Amino acid sequence: MSRITRRQALGAAVGAAVGTAGVALVGAAPAADRRPAATGHQAQDHRDPKAFDEVYLGRRIQGAPASGGHTGHGGHHGAGWTVRVDGEELHVMRNADGTWISVITHYEPVASPHAAARAAVRELQGAHLVPFDHV
Amino acid sequence: MTVRKNQAELSSAEKRAFTGALLELKSSGRYDAFVTTHNDFIMRDTDHGERVGHRSPSFLPWHRRFLLEFERALQSVDPSVALPYWDWTVDRTPAASLWASDFLGGTGRSRDGRVTDGPFAADGGNWDISVRVDGRGFLRRTLGSGGRQLPTRAEVESVLAMETYDMPPWNSASDGFRNHLEGWRGVNLHNRVHVWVGGHMATGASPNDPVFWLHHAYVDKLWADWQARHPRSRYLPEGGTPNVVDLHETMRPWGDVTPADMLDHTPHYTFDTAA
Repeated sequence: MSRITRRQALGAAVGAAVGTAGVALVGAAPAADRRPAATGHQAQDHRDPKAFDEVYLGRRIQGAPASGGHTGHGGHHGAGWTVRVDGEELHVMRNADGTWISVITHYEPVASPHAAARAAVRELQGAHLVPFDHV
Repeated sequence: MTVRKNQAELSSAEKRAFTGALLELKSSGRYDAFVTTHNDFIMRDTDHGERVGHRSPSFLPWHRRFLLEFERALQSVDPSVALPYWDWTVDRTPAASLWASDFLGGTGRSRDGRVTDGPFAADGGNWDISVRVDGRGFLRRTLGSGGRQLPTRAEVESVLAMETYDMPPWNSASDGFRNHLEGWRGVNLHNRVHVWVGGHMATGASPNDPVFWLHHAYVDKLWADWQARHPRSRYLPEGGTPNVVDLHETMRPWGDVTPADMLDHTPHYTFDTAA
């Protein structure tokens, strides 16, 4: 009984922590997003980023490998990935070490296209993306 | 002769002349052309493709030429103006005079990052952000948010001590002076300063914030300091490197300037301290 209670309490605490983190995200990236440390899990993300589609801080973010193995926009290089925020394309780029940046947070690499999309949403503070020129 | 001074040493008149020339370039539309050029290069420079302005050996000569073009534009408005530099190892808090309302203005307000004082605040009506990555048309900053720290002098010294200019694969994965100064590897100098300022400075359209020029003028000075410290070290690579600007190859967008042409800054300007 007391063990179950403790487990329940732990579950509640985790839930609360996640909720708090969600609020804190507005101001500061969680360590996992900001620092692409070479942990096994994140190294896996580097080699094989996962497609995603979620609502994050009220914005729909989507990311997937671009079809045809080409970005489709001769002028920029998305490393074969297309990332969108509320349907508008976010320019992303893959670094040689497998980390990612976007045009919104260009000088601070994160572990995955997903993390780059979340970082962009935090930076945007509700503003819409302006489509970049498809030169 | 143009003398680039530490921003902390500028007189009130020099600050007024500098910000006045910036506002004049902005109103004429010439300023935004520089923002567009920078954003174009930052989106096209890639680690495994052609790379010129960033994440490559030509990061330093490209920005030296870019700043020269900008400084000449300022001087066409006011011949007395030179680009000042910001030594962020010394003036390392939002309380520095750099961020006072008689110069660049301070950090943004917490709600939306909007800069609300100084000559570049949106309310002044003189600094619309027209080359945008998002819908916001006002200058934004988040100086030192999240407890971030600017690089220390010791960290700068550790990078200046590196003898080799750059190394294969000549990109963000390289060892050597250039990539450590740029910040993709190691203690992280140049990139970290962009992130510390936040707002527009953290984006590909970073020259929307006038502090861009003061930051890069100091990065440029650190290149000169490094050359003085390592007189036998040379720009690398010297030839035959795919996707990378070799010593005697021309750089886009100008097409008439090579890294070799940019190695010596003294025909163009000097610094207020020996370099």
